[in-house]
Formats: sequence, structure tokens, C-alpha cells
Amino acid sequence: MHELAITESILKIALESAEQHGAKRVRAIRLAIGPFSGVVPECVQTYLDVLAKGTAAEGAKIEARQLPLRVRCRDCGKEGEVSRTRIECPFCGGLRLERLSGKECTVENLEVE
Amino acid sequence: MEITVMHQVMEWNEDVSAEVRAELRKNRVCLINVMGSPGTGKTTLLTSLIAKLRREFSIGVIEGDITGQIDAEKIAALQIPSVQLNTDGACHIEAMSIRKILPQFDLEKLDVLFVENIGNLVCPAEFDIGENFRITILSVPEGDDKVKKYPLMFTDTDCLVVNKCDMLPYFDFHLKTVQDDYRGVNPEGPLFLVSNRTGWGIPELAEHLRMRIRDELA
Repeated sequence: MHELAITESILKIALESAEQHGAKRVRAIRLAIGPFSGVVPECVQTYLDVLAKGTAAEGAKIEARQLPLRVRCRDCGKEGEVSRTRIECPFCGGLRLERLSGKECTVENLEVE
Repeated sequence: MEITVMHQVMEWNEDVSAEVRAELRKNRVCLINVMGSPGTGKTTLLTSLIAKLRREFSIGVIEGDITGQIDAEKIAALQIPSVQLNTDGACHIEAMSIRKILPQFDLEKLDVLFVENIGNLVCPAEFDIGENFRITILSVPEGDDKVKKYPLMFTDTDCLVVNKCDMLPYFDFHLKTVQDDYRGVNPEGPLFLVSNRTGWGIPELAEHLRMRIRDELA
């Protein structure tokens, strides 16, 4: 449900950037999303369809790129990627992990006209 | 045509949480974000902790709920300044709401401000509200699989409290599963076992909070 607030923010970012670049229409908004961001792209799309009505981003598509969950192992010191369902060091199986990335939600670029 | 943006979507929340943090630091107020499922015992546990901590600290409470005043009334009955924050459907509290509500407290007189977040193990963990630290409460009837199912709530917390431990004989709840899973996602996080109903473990938890609050206010 928090996607409403997030989508409002995404739309604002998209419209401001489009205006700065003199673009008339936003066709696609490309996001980079971490597995722990809690952002569901389909949900953002649903809200965007409503929120963007009558703006330059009306009908824009959300394209999301999933980012990895990166961790550093406190036992063996190595850095690697893990899945959110199996949180253990891919090298030594250690569980004492520090999260390096995974909470991101970034508007990376826009497809505009 | 493609244009590059690279703009953090949560920046608005991060900016406001930094403002809230600065305002509270100026007034020497420690903000504690209390999170957990509906029915885990957030309000009743807060009531017990307030009783233990109020001699040393001046305490205020923000009660977050989707709707209604029930929890704020319970806290107000303790003669503690409390404000109900209704999110009107939203599943979490944002820093913006805290900033809006702060003027309703006399911050110069407060030492500690508890925020009881919306009962939910998902969304509240994603939003920094300007807190000094977080407490996550899990109760025995909820089951021992919650750390696995909602990792962020247990990774991004400063203290896990397992409540309703007096119910352990009646549920297939394996404490070791929770302890191991919690160690896995939050190796340094403290863990407290309590029963708010019997009072078991509450003094130890209150003592931990007392030391932590003192550190934050120092």
C-alpha cells in the first residue's frame, strides 16, 4: 500500500526531469529496485496509471530492473550476492552478514519524446 | 530519446527524517520506533515500560493506527502526553507525519518519545522516521517463522523482544529457530524474552532501554 506515496514521488521526479530536458511526453520510467526496497513494480504501475492522468507521463510504462542483495560476511570477510530467501554467505555459509545493498529504489532514466 | 535521472525515490523521506532527527537532537529527545504485528502487545508492553522508565525520564507517546483513538486513550490514562496519528489506510508511518505532529509536544520538557508504529511486519521497516533506535516485538502465538518471512523487520532493528513467553508451553514455537534466524540477519542485535502478562523479563528489557536512552541523550 505504501506504493502510493512512492509512486507520487516517482511521478514528481519523472515530470521534473522531463521538463528540465524539454521533453513533451514520458513513455517509460526505468527503476532500479533492491529486493528489500519493498516496492512492487506492478503496484507502482497501477497507481501511476491513475496519478499520471492529464500529465506528460500519462500512459507511461514502469520498467523495473532488479538489483542484487549484496552482503559482506563478518566471518570470512568476502563480499557476495545472496537471495532474500537464503541469507547466508555464499563462500563459507556464515550467517553473520552485513548488508551492503538491497534497499534501493532509484529512478535511473526515462524514455521521453 | 532517453534521459538519465538517477534519483533516489525515498529521498523525500530520508530528507525529512534527517530534519526530525535534528529537531529532536536540539531538544535532547530520544525517539524510539516500536514495531510489530497487530496484537503482538505493543501498547501493553509500552505501558509496562513507561511505568519502569517514567521516574527517570519524561516520556511522550505517538500512537500510530490506521484509524481510531483506542491506543492513545490507553496511554493518556497514564497521564503521559500522547497523540494519536491516524494514517487513514496507510500501512506505515512516514517521517513527514512525525514532523507534522512534533509541535503538539513540549519537546523541551521531553526526554523520550515512543512511536508505536502501525501493526505490520512489512512496510514500517522500510521507512526511517527519524528515530534514535528501533524495537521489534514478536509474540509467541504469531509463530517462529516470522524472522524468515519478514527479514527486513528483524535485520533493521536495534532490539528484538519476544513477548508472551508464558505461552511457550501451549504453542509449537521453537525459540531456538527465532534465535538462530535473528542471529543470521542481525548478528549483533540484542534479544529479550518477556511475558508482559506475568512481568517476566520486563525489568531486564527496561534496564537495557534505560542504558540505551542515557547513551542517546548523552
